[in-house]
Amino acid sequence: MMAACDNVASGSGKTMFFAEGALSNPLGPYRRMGLPLNVLLLSSIVKILIIAHLLLIGVMAMIWAERRISGWMQDRLGPNRVGFQGLLQPIADGIKFLLKEDLIPNHVDKPLYVLAPAMLLIPAMLTIAVVPFGGSIEIAGHTIPLQIADINIGILYILAITSLGVYGVVLGAWASNNKYSLLGGLRSSAQMISYELTLGLAIIGVLMLTVVEQGGSALSLREIAKSQGKNLWNWNFLIHFPAFLAFTTAMFAETNRLPFDLAEAEQELVAGYHTEYSSMKFAMFFMAEYMNMIVGSAVTVTLFLGGWHFFGLENVGGPILSGLISFGIFFAKTAIFLFVFIWVRWTLPRFRYDQLMNLGWKFLLPVALSSIVVTGFLWVTTDGNKLLIGIGNVVAAFIVISVVGGLLVMNKPPEVSTPEIAGLDTLESEGSS
Amino acid sequence: MLIDYLPILMLALFAVLFAAINLALTHILGPKRPTRAKLSVYESGVRPVGDARQRFTIRFDLIAMLFIIFDIEVVFLYPWAVVFKKFSAESGLFILVEMLVFIGILLLGYIYAWKKGGLSWD
Repeated sequence: MMAACDNVASGSGKTMFFAEGALSNPLGPYRRMGLPLNVLLLSSIVKILIIAHLLLIGVMAMIWAERRISGWMQDRLGPNRVGFQGLLQPIADGIKFLLKEDLIPNHVDKPLYVLAPAMLLIPAMLTIAVVPFGGSIEIAGHTIPLQIADINIGILYILAITSLGVYGVVLGAWASNNKYSLLGGLRSSAQMISYELTLGLAIIGVLMLTVVEQGGSALSLREIAKSQGKNLWNWNFLIHFPAFLAFTTAMFAETNRLPFDLAEAEQELVAGYHTEYSSMKFAMFFMAEYMNMIVGSAVTVTLFLGGWHFFGLENVGGPILSGLISFGIFFAKTAIFLFVFIWVRWTLPRFRYDQLMNLGWKFLLPVALSSIVVTGFLWVTTDGNKLLIGIGNVVAAFIVISVVGGLLVMNKPPEVSTPEIAGLDTLESEGSS
Repeated sequence: MLIDYLPILMLALFAVLFAAINLALTHILGPKRPTRAKLSVYESGVRPVGDARQRFTIRFDLIAMLFIIFDIEVVFLYPWAVVFKKFSAESGLFILVEMLVFIGILLLGYIYAWKKGGLSWD
């Protein structure tokens, strides 16, 4: 691993040579590489340590918040004994998980069984790398962007890495050699790949209208957040409202959260794909789920809710303060979105599996497609009037949903008539008597 | 632009280390008191019958197949979306019509899959 790092570092010496020239022209195509190598390395290490730990603390905070808010919504207390208001509860849980027996049952496929939690956790942590969590900070003459890696294919990276998470689920389920696990894993993987289509299609409308600076890429999350600007009425969730809803729904499905948690439907499948797991391995599945939620919220905020912008508040203060404020804004938006995750959990009941597939394939997919067509059509014909595009998207989504809904109602199979069930009844009563 | 990926590599190192340390720590710290009941398959206390790796419904396979087809179409839309604004400024409706033809073909396949019952789950 270290050798690979060294290779990249030494291979970049040549590129850095070009970057020196670009420094004099900050708007040139190489402007993002304006940092000398040692500053880049140092700032990257600091950013990675801060963000990775923030992610882990975020997971703990989410576990606490979920249990307390669930308690509040169900008119009970929730954990409030360990530390102030139960704040230390997740740490106590973590210690307990570590000290529990690390059981590897006889019937499992050992290497895969041990690897699966890591294969779910690592992609979950990696996704945060391309999310811009703020504007930029100026230290000692260097402008350091508040983002671990501003790569020019950010969206593709996110889609690629998040879909790697499916392997952890499937392999964990398969290696467990347990019927509950296998069913949970199958359900989960089918659900995740079904909703990934919607996830991918819903972003395309956003990409189409992203204004990029010279040398930037429309696939970079920083450019998408920047192009939305500071005012709420320019943010993407208003222009692409149906796509935003489709994206959010798909995000819920991707993270296996209620109302889409069929993979671990307690009443049918005990705990789904992690039924056979115990100790920290079990906790790692949970950590990955919460990390996916946090990163998913952060990505949604970046793509649709204006990123770190908030009516110009992000520009207040000096070069350091403004960076911190923009980070605070981003943090607050993500936190609000995370609250919505918990809120939805106690608002909507779980879907049946056929309803889940219907929603994904027959409603969300056409809605996302219609959003692309309408956005493109109105952009060309109305000279880029965003108000008209926003209205057109909503109208088109409404029409699509009505047509699909109408088709489903018309083609509904007839209800099973009572005589057949009556026959069943007599059979049963004969059997029992 | 390979230098842009260096921080990702560093984060990957951190993530791998974190996962490995977690797996190792729980293995070292936890007690080892296996019993026959603990090591057997968990099936809500019922004695397990047969292996878990049996045949499963063809629907899951079908979904995976449809996913691959549609996902490739989505991948083709990405480059188009990136150049859309630039090209529409130059050639107007042309790029839009191109995409409409593409989505039209995609829609035909979609309707066919729907008609054949590939999208319904029962």
